[in-house]
Amino acid sequence: MNPMERPAEAGPARPPTTFDRARPARFTLEEPLPAGPRPDAPLPDPSDWTFELVEQYHEVIRAAAKRFGLETYPNQLEVITAEQMMDAYASVGMPVNYRHWSFGKEFIANERSYRRGQMGLAYEIVINSDPCISYLMEENTTAMQALVIAHAAYGHNSFFKGNYLFRLWTDASSIIDYLLYARNYIAECEERYGMQTVEDLLDSCHALQNYGVDRYRRPGKISLAEERARSAERQAYAQMQVNDIWRTLPRRPEKSEESAVEKRFPGEPQENILYFFEKNAPLLEPWQREIVRIVRKVAQYFYPQRQTQVMNEGWATFWHHHLLNTLYDEGHLSDGVMIEVLKSHTNVIYQPPVGHRAYSGINPYALGFAMYTDIKRICEKPTDEDREWFPELAGTPWLPALHEAMRNFKDESFIGQYLSPKLIRDFRLFSILDDEAEEHLLVSSIHDTSGYRHVREALSRQYDLSTREPDIQVWNVNLRGDRSLTLRHTQHRNRPLNETAEEVLKHVARLWGFGVNLESVDGAGEVTMRWQVPAPAQP
Amino acid sequence: MLQQIIDRRLAGKNKSIGNRERFLRRYQQQVREAVRRAVDARGIRDIEKGEDIRIPKRDIGEPVFGHGQGGSREVVHPGNQEYVRGDKIERPKGGGGGGRGSGQASDSGEGEDDFVFHLTKEEFMQMFFDDLALPRMTRTQLAETPEMKSQRAGYSNTGTPANLSVLRSMRGAIGRRIAIGANARAELQSLRDQLAALGTTGGDEAVEAERKRLQLRIEGLRARLDAIPYLDPIDLRFRNRVKVPVPTAKAVMFCLMDVSGSMDEARKELAKRFFILLYLFLTRHYEKIDLVFIRHHTQAQEVDEENFFHARETGGTVVSSALVLMDEIIRARYPIGDWNIYGAQASDGDNWHHDSGRCREILTETLLPKCRYFAYVQVAEEEQNLWEEYARLQESEPHFAMRKVSDASEIYPVFRDLFKPKGVNA
Repeated sequence: MNPMERPAEAGPARPPTTFDRARPARFTLEEPLPAGPRPDAPLPDPSDWTFELVEQYHEVIRAAAKRFGLETYPNQLEVITAEQMMDAYASVGMPVNYRHWSFGKEFIANERSYRRGQMGLAYEIVINSDPCISYLMEENTTAMQALVIAHAAYGHNSFFKGNYLFRLWTDASSIIDYLLYARNYIAECEERYGMQTVEDLLDSCHALQNYGVDRYRRPGKISLAEERARSAERQAYAQMQVNDIWRTLPRRPEKSEESAVEKRFPGEPQENILYFFEKNAPLLEPWQREIVRIVRKVAQYFYPQRQTQVMNEGWATFWHHHLLNTLYDEGHLSDGVMIEVLKSHTNVIYQPPVGHRAYSGINPYALGFAMYTDIKRICEKPTDEDREWFPELAGTPWLPALHEAMRNFKDESFIGQYLSPKLIRDFRLFSILDDEAEEHLLVSSIHDTSGYRHVREALSRQYDLSTREPDIQVWNVNLRGDRSLTLRHTQHRNRPLNETAEEVLKHVARLWGFGVNLESVDGAGEVTMRWQVPAPAQP
Repeated sequence: MLQQIIDRRLAGKNKSIGNRERFLRRYQQQVREAVRRAVDARGIRDIEKGEDIRIPKRDIGEPVFGHGQGGSREVVHPGNQEYVRGDKIERPKGGGGGGRGSGQASDSGEGEDDFVFHLTKEEFMQMFFDDLALPRMTRTQLAETPEMKSQRAGYSNTGTPANLSVLRSMRGAIGRRIAIGANARAELQSLRDQLAALGTTGGDEAVEAERKRLQLRIEGLRARLDAIPYLDPIDLRFRNRVKVPVPTAKAVMFCLMDVSGSMDEARKELAKRFFILLYLFLTRHYEKIDLVFIRHHTQAQEVDEENFFHARETGGTVVSSALVLMDEIIRARYPIGDWNIYGAQASDGDNWHHDSGRCREILTETLLPKCRYFAYVQVAEEEQNLWEEYARLQESEPHFAMRKVSDASEIYPVFRDLFKPKGVNA
């Protein structure tokens, strides 16, 4: 919106703009609000929950959360069975989703390991929607329901509402609507064009899902009805536009000779490959473009979650721990409930050391919980080391500091900013450099004075999505020849692509409709690897 | 602000079923192959069970771009015990590079496990039927429980007029009338008594007024009693009928198979499917089914199922030996009054040529009169004398069926005649 067109006086009636959404009102609560009167007796704690009991527990937790300034979407608690929990698992945690075999595979795999007792189900699933839906599993005990409510309905929920990435990229109020639209649309396509055709297309889109994300622009906010109306319009228009790039009439014959050789299409490399296909793939039908768009939108919705694992889980874990402890101290919870909560909490934040049988990387719950707890400690009881490392935090009120740390970061920057030497020591973090050119692995730094910064940087980089996924962009389209598409992989520290690259490329070719090349470029700008997939056979 | 707690436990079960169907469809080839193997390995009686299906992991992977081995990378791990900066560590064998990076979706160092899942009984049978090319009608027939018989089961208060039970309805109506009118009737009686006590005429003003009052009251009560309907909709009772499975009888199924040298594994497999199918048909109609396995070359022998399908013998073939043994067993253990007898014979058609005529004789004279049905499949193409002899039988004997089969899908037609009219009736 151009500020010149709309004078500042019109302020109050103004609809929220991008700017408002990304930057929430400042957090003003300096101290937790005082507790209410102490209850005569703690809440009853039979192991079997009842609806009244859940409501009572919810009520005290809600009151406590309010005192700590946790702002949330309205909560909707839903009681489900274990089987439904697996259903939800299978459709990436969403209550509705379109149908695809890969979700069936997921369900089967989960069901099997659950039945064999290899895997406990998560106690909760929470959906970033407005109202925020949290699933309570039927099998949980009363204490576990309290834990889930504190963790999901107040921890995660306030994170969804507060964190800048979620504010910027997701629209909690319309996601369920959108998925419903997607499900119906895809079902309709299956009916009209055949299951196999739709499945093939979805397979190809899923292969590129991580490359269907806008990293720097905010997607529009749209309701279901608008979405339907627009999609029809969009399809008609898009189909008209596609042909434009294949326009055969030379505009300026005298100039085109030389410039066409140098000029690439697209002019700038495109990182959102699915978006590029949706707009430019020459052979896609309108409905196919719409499906590409659906997959892209869903990927976009999950994009913030992939970038805030540690922060999100850490925040929720910190708050269930803090809220329930506060309630226990104030006499709301019985000893039995508290012991069960703590037992479960301890399991969740267990971090097996490297080399341990159960070790599979850093546990985001453990790291996130430790970091938020540590921020609180730095604010309240700073040591000299903390004063040196975090002068802006030491001795300030902890609540605003914590909210600030939740709102304005993602995993990468959060770790880069807040991982303290004390935590590095506590976790005994160390970094290992694995360079293909060297014969041995090198311990590049450990938890000592000279290593803190290096460990912190390395860990922060580890959570950077752009280094976790290979950087692959649309580089060029051969407009004057065989219409083949060239993707370019820019190697990150000379790391090559994995062996499924060729398989993915076949999917790319299916979407593009013509031949596809992939070049892998090393740090020096030299192409070190090339893959080529010919145009798919026309059906 | 809690909107509400919603109980979803009853809603939306099996939401994922559509996804499962798509998954099965996608891996139909593998699933079908696995079902085929399972059918071969199982006993005839345990055919109706689920099955674990294995699919190699690499077949079901969904490819995505990812980092491969090589290049340089730095990974942070917790729990350092012994290392100091600058230490060099042996590169672990088999790639992986000191554990996996947190960003990696899968651990490529791990071996290729199979993806295993359980096919339910229904899905298994679906695949099995697909293989046999069973028509839909037959499928439903096989998938359902046997014939139902409708049987009286007391009375209900809803039903069609045809089922109205007059006696019951009237009896109920009387009871209702008595119950509803009881108070009024008692009062009426006492009023009448009082009226009678007052006499019909005479008396002073007060007596006259009292008489009037009593008469009025009696009128009122009469009207009320008359208003009680003679028959009310709530009195109606209908004869209730429920469906119960037909009480089933016993059956014995004789499996006869040639195990001479010319019957190879593939032919036996085909024969096994034939036996399974017959068994399945029979299980729909009989509660108790005995299986008798008779294998033969020049001599016949009763064996257990394992030996029946998997042992291998060589030598010539005398088919009649099996038929004779079957007859002996029937006589010894399965009196025809108590048992429904089914015969199923599989052979490659090879027979000692003087024997075929005898086979036909035994069938027509002793076996077929005792059998409800006798089916013969020949698992080889060329027509030898046994086929010719049997072919003569087919015209005269309605409950004898024969067919040449070289593929599993050709087995079903053998049964077509058998189940055409209205199924086997016990």
